[in-house]
Amino acid sequence: MGEAGDRLTRGLTTVRGAASELLLRSAVVVAGLLVWQLVTMAIESAFFPTPLEIFGRVIETWFSGSPGTLFLTEEVGRNVAPSLMRLLSGWLLAVALGVGLGLAIGRIDWLAAMLGPIVQFTRAIPPPALVPLFLVLLGIGDGMKVGLIAVGVLPPILLNTIDGVRSVDSLQLDTGRVFGIDRRRRLARIVIPSAMPQIFAGLRVSLAIAVILMVISELVASTDGIGFGLLQAQRGFRIPDMWAHIMLLSILGLALNSGLTQVERRALRWHRGARRRSEV
Amino acid sequence: MSREHSGTVERSRLPGSTFLLGLAGVVSAFAILEAITRADLVDRTYLPPASTVLIATAQLLVDPEFLGHVASTMRAWAFGLGLAIIVAVPLGIAFGAFDRVYRASRALVELLRPIPSVALIPLAILLFGQGLQYKLSLILYASVWPILFNTIYGVHDVDPIAKDTARGFGFGPLSILRRVALPSAAPFVYTGIRVAAAVALILAISAELLAGGSQGIGTWMLLVGSGSVDRTLVYAGTVVTGLLGLAINWVLVSGERRLFAWHRARQAGS
Amino acid sequence: MTVTRAPRPDLLAVAGLCHTYGAGAVATVAIDDLDFEVGQGEFLSIVGPSGCGKTTLLRCVSGLQHPTAGTVTLHGEAISDVPEGMALVFQDYARSLFPWMSVSSNVEFPLSRLRLPRSERRERIGESLAAVRLDAAADKYPWQLSGGMQQRVAIARALAYRPEVLLMDEPFASVDAQTRADLEDLVLDVWRRFSVTILFVTHDIDESVYLSDRVLVLSRSPASVVADIPVGLPRPRDQIETKSADGFVRLRAEVARLIRPARGAETAGTSI
Repeated sequence: MGEAGDRLTRGLTTVRGAASELLLRSAVVVAGLLVWQLVTMAIESAFFPTPLEIFGRVIETWFSGSPGTLFLTEEVGRNVAPSLMRLLSGWLLAVALGVGLGLAIGRIDWLAAMLGPIVQFTRAIPPPALVPLFLVLLGIGDGMKVGLIAVGVLPPILLNTIDGVRSVDSLQLDTGRVFGIDRRRRLARIVIPSAMPQIFAGLRVSLAIAVILMVISELVASTDGIGFGLLQAQRGFRIPDMWAHIMLLSILGLALNSGLTQVERRALRWHRGARRRSEV
Repeated sequence: MSREHSGTVERSRLPGSTFLLGLAGVVSAFAILEAITRADLVDRTYLPPASTVLIATAQLLVDPEFLGHVASTMRAWAFGLGLAIIVAVPLGIAFGAFDRVYRASRALVELLRPIPSVALIPLAILLFGQGLQYKLSLILYASVWPILFNTIYGVHDVDPIAKDTARGFGFGPLSILRRVALPSAAPFVYTGIRVAAAVALILAISAELLAGGSQGIGTWMLLVGSGSVDRTLVYAGTVVTGLLGLAINWVLVSGERRLFAWHRARQAGS
Repeated sequence: MTVTRAPRPDLLAVAGLCHTYGAGAVATVAIDDLDFEVGQGEFLSIVGPSGCGKTTLLRCVSGLQHPTAGTVTLHGEAISDVPEGMALVFQDYARSLFPWMSVSSNVEFPLSRLRLPRSERRERIGESLAAVRLDAAADKYPWQLSGGMQQRVAIARALAYRPEVLLMDEPFASVDAQTRADLEDLVLDVWRRFSVTILFVTHDIDESVYLSDRVLVLSRSPASVVADIPVGLPRPRDQIETKSADGFVRLRAEVARLIRPARGAETAGTSI
């Protein structure tokens, strides 16, 4: 009984803590926006429109469509969809490749040792430095962008997967062996779950890089996409539009990141619990 | 004891050969690339032989004009990173030292952080043109976040026992900050700087890709790429950026080892 | 009510077992020429100073590690890989349980390859969790349990597998004294109920005498057998009664004397 009561109290404190945290956060966000609004109103710079104007432009450009299209405008199909398509196909390609190869390489000691320096080197190349190469190899189409994103975000996924697989507790593997569990099942039930936290760390980094590469490639060479829209707004000196694109990219980055966080929460519920426990 | 024994033996069996295996990996990758291009399995204008790229890379590394571009990139990188440290570390200490400010600042940082810094490139061009100032502003903006975040976290999460110990010996809040909180936060700050160093290089090159008038490796690679059908130099330039990344990482990691041996020892012990 | 069990034919035999780590100048001999047998249904404790190679011995017996020389035979057949019908409980329960699986999934894990009907699997999980008095914790995760409870999960997992031989590697070295006493009695209880053969490695002299039919005393590293002492104490045993009996005190002193010269340079706390 004491334990249940304890847990209840602890639960309530957490709820109260979370509520006050949320309140504080919203207050800070509102205050931040207010300061931004007041400062931009005061300086009246052509380069810094007020947040109200920017948000207005965001809604007008992308979210003022008919209810039938979920309020999305045609502009979403024209410029946002291609960007998302490139981003997701490149990233997913890299995830499939990176996790698959990483699992294979990580389980084989000599292969991991052999490929280590090569992977480390590819990791050291700043991803945008690949843009000129992909441009001369694949032109300015979608293939270039998808390929660039896939190759550019591969190293962190690969490296984290290999590391995760290699740091699986030997005692856990021994436990599997003692009970006669075969290699395949050891991989599925011990190695992969145990490497998952680190794999997710790699996915998070790679998603951020994917956004960067999408924007850069669209700024450098494209005829559609959010980056292209951003550049057009800048060239036309439509400053509020330019800011609206910046805002849209932020929203996109935030949405992708919290999407991944949701997946991670679900997949790694045990990990957060286990970690919290070991910190106590 | 014996369990650990077997562990160390198993682990130490590799490191001796790890270097050799790694070398073998590099050599065989090189040989495979060389072989498929020499056998004309792929169009050489797309993928030049590895030896050709290697020679071109070596030539670039002594080419004064190219080195000028590298210097330009690295100058922006160093200044931008330095500025970011000067801005972010004091700010992070101030934010992290007070609990209320800490919680408020975290919300603000979370709000601003998702802005992809490369999205600010067009704005930065409008504001600063295409010179050093333009690159610096972008590098500064992007590399402030990791340092700020790590400093705030490091200062705020100092072991309460360490703080209480100092308080028990009669130290005041300021000397606790200076003698306890800052030293124990230092490794976190350093980690932030390491991340920021990589981010700064990414932003430097990104900025150069978008500003044709400026100097830098990014600009150089785009020019070389569009100037001829021979892609060797673009490959070589990419290899150089990788070498730069490796060099930066190596310097920072060895600095970390030297500065924070105590931190690693504690982590390994727990 | 069993009082003492008559030794039955040998189930497990270790002959001429040697193990050396490394080679050449850095070679460390962990085990040097070990011979012993374990009878069917026997409870054998192996006691020796910390770091004497007990864990290496268990790893060789379980087939996780190949000995440099010598053989381990189960039912007269030499072991080359991990044999069927053997389960191992490690000292480090926090590492051997899988944090991503609930308690019942952890227990079920070894059964997953046995192709048992669902109902039988359920039954075994229920029975073994009940045996370690953890039926209520089936849906929890290991990290939500105390150390002693986690080790009980590890024991339940081994029991559900229905091994002929249960190897236990200092299973109670990382739990507090009271929990340890409880777990000792729990092991005796399941040993009797599941009629399993137990090979129990420990560095605790009291524990070895209290639990077993026979105590094997090992020398300091490299390990070899110093003495093979039959424990004739009546069963069921009791933490207070047995431990205050004259026979227990005498045996404990005897084992201690045998280990003492072996201790020498050993420092406290090297067991971890």
